[in-house]
Amino acid sequence: MRELLPLAMLGGVLGLDVVCFPQMMISRPLVAATVAGAFVGDAGTGMLVGASLELIALATLPFGASRYPEWGSAAVVGGAIAAALHTQPASTVTIGVLGGLATAWVGGWTLVKLREWNAFLARRKRSALDHGSRGAVVGLQLAGLTSDFVRAMLLTVVAYALLFPVAHAMAGLWSFGEVTSRAVTVSASVAVAAAAAWTIFHSARGARWYFAAGLGVGLLLLAMR
Amino acid sequence: MTTAAAPRTAPAPGPTPSLSAMTWISIFGRLLAMQGSWNYETLIGNGIAFAIEPALRRLPGGVHGEAFKTAMTRESAYFNAHPYLASVAVGALARAELSGVPAERIERFRIALCGPLGSVGDRLVWAGWLPASSLVALIAFGNGARPIAVVLLFLVMYNAGHFGLRIWGLYVGWTRGLAVAGALGNPVLRQGPAYIARAAAAIAGIAIPLAAARIVGGDRISLGATLLAGAIVAVGLVRVHGRVEGWKLVLVLIAVFALVSVAR
Repeated sequence: MRELLPLAMLGGVLGLDVVCFPQMMISRPLVAATVAGAFVGDAGTGMLVGASLELIALATLPFGASRYPEWGSAAVVGGAIAAALHTQPASTVTIGVLGGLATAWVGGWTLVKLREWNAFLARRKRSALDHGSRGAVVGLQLAGLTSDFVRAMLLTVVAYALLFPVAHAMAGLWSFGEVTSRAVTVSASVAVAAAAAWTIFHSARGARWYFAAGLGVGLLLLAMR
Repeated sequence: MTTAAAPRTAPAPGPTPSLSAMTWISIFGRLLAMQGSWNYETLIGNGIAFAIEPALRRLPGGVHGEAFKTAMTRESAYFNAHPYLASVAVGALARAELSGVPAERIERFRIALCGPLGSVGDRLVWAGWLPASSLVALIAFGNGARPIAVVLLFLVMYNAGHFGLRIWGLYVGWTRGLAVAGALGNPVLRQGPAYIARAAAAIAGIAIPLAAARIVGGDRISLGATLLAGAIVAVGLVRVHGRVEGWKLVLVLIAVFALVSVAR
């Protein structure tokens, strides 16, 4: 658990990126899980989890006030768990993805609570805001940013501290082989990604034919290997 | 006797006020924290005031003047937009405030701008550029690229669009002022989402099997079974679209699989 503090900082920074600052998408699972894996010593395993989560994340678009999973901290937790368990390869990707998804679910809830907290702070400053207070505007912004960073950091710490021992125990009892485990996990990820591509891009004329053509190219490339 | 025809387009902006390089850097830095205090009541209203504030310091009387306080009150009210395209509003509103445009016109402009900046940004970025960048990185991953290459490819590609959009938005907002609505008819904003969607659909078709192959890493039969199972579940997900969230279903499926693996 020596890695807990650096992971907490990483989770805080990447969780902050999801909505508040700077939204450079360093919080995307492909990035966050890979970096978390590197923190624990195995970027490659982190990236396998990140790619699986990225396929799933294609289905969740962060539209305005909608509720969506918080992938930044979640991918840090998933990538770090998998990288820490890399000596037991049969289960790593599956357990990492599971840990990431569970954390993303809770993370989405914490984002809602953060927005309610920001509204509470804004109500308290209403009078100052109505009088054009510069301090109130800047203070609210800084309070929101700090709250989000603390939220994401705590989420990462609690999720990793709770899930890692469970994941470690599960890895010891895992009975399916590596290929089977990964195949099941990837089937589920691929299903979400394909359904997302089909539904997100359908509004563009002919997009489904483009998807079908791309799929043909992708399968051809695989066949040629 | 002269008759004046009613203007059919927004009036041309007045002379451009000037801002120092440091002020622009400060505004741009604050744009990155636009959603810092996002909440269900004023949405990004406070973020707009936060980003504009360095420019408003140039109003008569500075930060202690009545003009500054009145403008801050106005700009911290409810506002909704895509966070990247909010830069258009920030540029236009900063110019309007510094040019002494009447308060009623600024308030009407704020209200009118909310909808377009939200819907255009959502289609262009969240449903277009983001998944496209992500899928390109997944193709690189599927072709065996190293972790650092995959991460850098995604971040460079995505942020070229991200920062480009923010900088463009601030520029057109500032140069066109309250006449900025015309800039939203830019072909990139009007037709870009459809082009990006088609490209992203094709890229998705290539990326999904390649990424799956690298993660599974087994023989062709295992990979074929994986893709077939994925396709069957995908058809089911499309049919129940809107009623079941795919990622929650995956969470349940993988949890059940893990329990079986541990218990048997």
